[in-house]
Amino acid sequence: MDPTTPTPAEERLGASSAGAILRGGVRLLVSVALTFLGLLLITFLIGRVVPVDPVLAMVGDRASAAVYEKARLELGLDRPLLEQFWMYLEKVFSGDLGTSVLTANKVVDDIARVFPATLELATLGTLIGTLFGIPLGVLAAVRRGSLSDQIVRVFGLIGYSAPIFWLGLMGLLVFYARLDWTAGPGRLDIAYDYIVTPETGLLLVDSALQGEWEVFGDAFRHIILPACLLGYYSMAYISRMTRSFMLNELSQEYIVAARVKGLSERRIIWGHALRNAAVPLVTVIALSYAGLLEGSVLTETVFAWPGLGQYITNSLQNADMNAVLGGTIVVGTVFVGLNLLSDLLYRLLDPRVRMRR
Amino acid sequence: MKRLIASLAAGAWLTAGLLLPGVASAATPKNTLVQAWAIDDIISLDPAEIFEFTAAEIAGNSYDRLIGYDVNDVSKVYGVIAESWEVSADGKTLSFKIRQGLRFASGNPITAEDVVFSLQRAVILDKSPAFILTQFGLSKDNAQAKIRQTGTYSFELEMDKSYAPSFVLYCMTATVASVVDKKLVMEHESDGDMGYSWLKTNYAGSGPFVIKDWRANEVVVLERNSNYWGKAPAMARAIYRHIPEPATQRLLLEKGDVDVARRLGPDEIQAVSSNSEIRVMKGVKGSIYYLGLSQKNPYLSRPQVRQALKYLVDYQTIADTILNGTVIVHQAFLPRGFLGALEKTPFSLNVAKAKALLKEAGLENGFTVTMDTRNTADITGIAQAIQQTFAQAGITLELIPGDGKQTLTKYRARNHDIYIGRWGPDYQDPHTNADTFARNPDNSDDAKSKPLAWRNAWDIPEMTRKADAAVLERDSAKRATMYLEIQEEHQQVSPFVIMFQEIEVAAMRKNVQNYVIGPSFDDNKFAGVTK
Repeated sequence: MDPTTPTPAEERLGASSAGAILRGGVRLLVSVALTFLGLLLITFLIGRVVPVDPVLAMVGDRASAAVYEKARLELGLDRPLLEQFWMYLEKVFSGDLGTSVLTANKVVDDIARVFPATLELATLGTLIGTLFGIPLGVLAAVRRGSLSDQIVRVFGLIGYSAPIFWLGLMGLLVFYARLDWTAGPGRLDIAYDYIVTPETGLLLVDSALQGEWEVFGDAFRHIILPACLLGYYSMAYISRMTRSFMLNELSQEYIVAARVKGLSERRIIWGHALRNAAVPLVTVIALSYAGLLEGSVLTETVFAWPGLGQYITNSLQNADMNAVLGGTIVVGTVFVGLNLLSDLLYRLLDPRVRMRR
Repeated sequence: MKRLIASLAAGAWLTAGLLLPGVASAATPKNTLVQAWAIDDIISLDPAEIFEFTAAEIAGNSYDRLIGYDVNDVSKVYGVIAESWEVSADGKTLSFKIRQGLRFASGNPITAEDVVFSLQRAVILDKSPAFILTQFGLSKDNAQAKIRQTGTYSFELEMDKSYAPSFVLYCMTATVASVVDKKLVMEHESDGDMGYSWLKTNYAGSGPFVIKDWRANEVVVLERNSNYWGKAPAMARAIYRHIPEPATQRLLLEKGDVDVARRLGPDEIQAVSSNSEIRVMKGVKGSIYYLGLSQKNPYLSRPQVRQALKYLVDYQTIADTILNGTVIVHQAFLPRGFLGALEKTPFSLNVAKAKALLKEAGLENGFTVTMDTRNTADITGIAQAIQQTFAQAGITLELIPGDGKQTLTKYRARNHDIYIGRWGPDYQDPHTNADTFARNPDNSDDAKSKPLAWRNAWDIPEMTRKADAAVLERDSAKRATMYLEIQEEHQQVSPFVIMFQEIEVAAMRKNVQNYVIGPSFDDNKFAGVTK
């Protein structure tokens, strides 16, 4: 028999694993669809039960009764709640998220404009948080009870508990107003506006791709302070969790065995303990990233950052439901996407998960 | 482990190192005016729909109207697009002549056809501010017949009644009467919408600036109109940046990254006042702060209680402390600067008098009442101060905080006891406020017209009749007297505790010259600004 030809047993195994993948895929799709449906329904209902008249956002306080009524009918508010929801779903399935009452733009266009701003900020924030958070967490765990452990814990606690709004203003006061190290609020100085053509919407990426290094520098000077602030917040969480996971790992028998075998401390910490702690850390980092991707409303407000958080909050306050629901879809996608990603990383990092499959 | 600590230190150093070379530039370009403001109220750039503060100001700097007025003396009305006008003998028809040789920013000539189209369009689209025009008996059905072109540069406006000419002319100074470029707008018409979907986010005017870009909650960019028929603005660009946080605005202004900060609170204003690089400019605006007392509440509907509450507000202290420098005490529904405005302020905090009035009303032991309070710093501050002074007469005031739209929704549905509000006039004529504070043609729950008097369930057939008569009086002096009389009565008996008139404050860099803060929210002008 040709060694490359599968045996009947291998064929059965192949077919069953293909079937399992298919079943898994279908299950995943159904669960994602149900998650989205539930998310949209709850958001829709919240939007309708909040005591805010959505017509007000559209026509203002001074409109005549006739104008008001016309707008109410245009929004479909005279129809039963479920019918309104169904109408919305029909539109969503045809790829139309509707038009925002507040910005007069298609919600898709609005989101394409505000989400990259948040994505850029959250990614940089998470990178900073991870790059500093993991080593600090490891340091604190390895030197448990020492002065450096106390410093890391207090530093983390401040990041975790200080109001981000206050930290943002203080950051601006010190690094922008006094020291002049960073640029002020906003994504770009007006002198650099309109130089770069938006392609990805990520200013750092677009300016680099187009070779506009002065714009890149200005965008970097604008983003670094809010990113450090979000990074600090994220670092506080990541370092705390890293410390906790590492303490757990360092107390395991395999660490004792490794030490008995005479492995270097460096290898034990980085090669063994952290490697095992990395598995749950992936979820921690993914959750932290997802949290930042929802848009940090307060940070965006202080830094005049035109991101998703401000967009959704402003829309919700004005009961601009198309915009709120559009934003919810993005947030839902982010969560589902990052969950899938962390699942995949689990498989890469943890051989036991691979084996079970 | 030492290596780990060294790596962390290196990371921190690297981050700091990346920041250091980037010393931020701290001056705006010489030919650009940058203003920090909260621009999240803009929902449309179409003059037929604009009814919000920011968009109205932008339209005021980018669209021309038929008529204008002197911002220093609003009684001086002059033609802008209109060269002259005449009122017919029966007072029902106004005939306008249009200036010749004017052009839109697009280069298209401005003719009577554009003016007629603009007015008809506003009436036919029937958006929120359309009532400013439809109150003259215009409607979708008759707009084309009543607003008619009589020549290339002339047209007529026919009304249902002989209104006071000043009333009609002031309405023609409103944003809704802006002249739009018919050719350009109709090029973008879809499904017979008269270009509405396009103009919501685009521009078709003839003012000193053109609207180049609006990115919601981020920025509005205006550029000098190279086809402007008047004196060209010194600034090539005027930019509004959305900076919602007052403390951030202050930092940007002090650093010179914005030229004008438009949304500073009393604390920030005080702080920047001592900065020699910054000038604080003030202008009296038409907005008034008031309490609306629902007449559906059995306590508040008693005349003595209404008057007692007017003696239970410490007007001057609130103006001097909480609202420090941003209001003046004002107690009549017509703001100062309006024809017939009553400037008398008969009420001040007088607990003894209030108690006597409450006793007369049979409420010497006080009562409990709620107040819907918008959760902004100024409104919350006023509400808390009022809560203290009401308590001195035994009235327990429970504050119900809420977002602006939330409290407004409740107020519009007449579900409040007391509402603390701010009201700005829609146009420069006294009828704008008389119409809402002193008119209530139908007090039933399903009334078609729902002015502030209706929201507070105040049934006033006699005062409504007087307000209706005042709007038809063609003699301005007589008309002013009529409004004074209405306000005298209103001040004493109405369920409105009118407290303050707003002063708009803009803090700007010293080099910004000729910035104008006008009396109305669309009168702030920067076409003459130099730096």
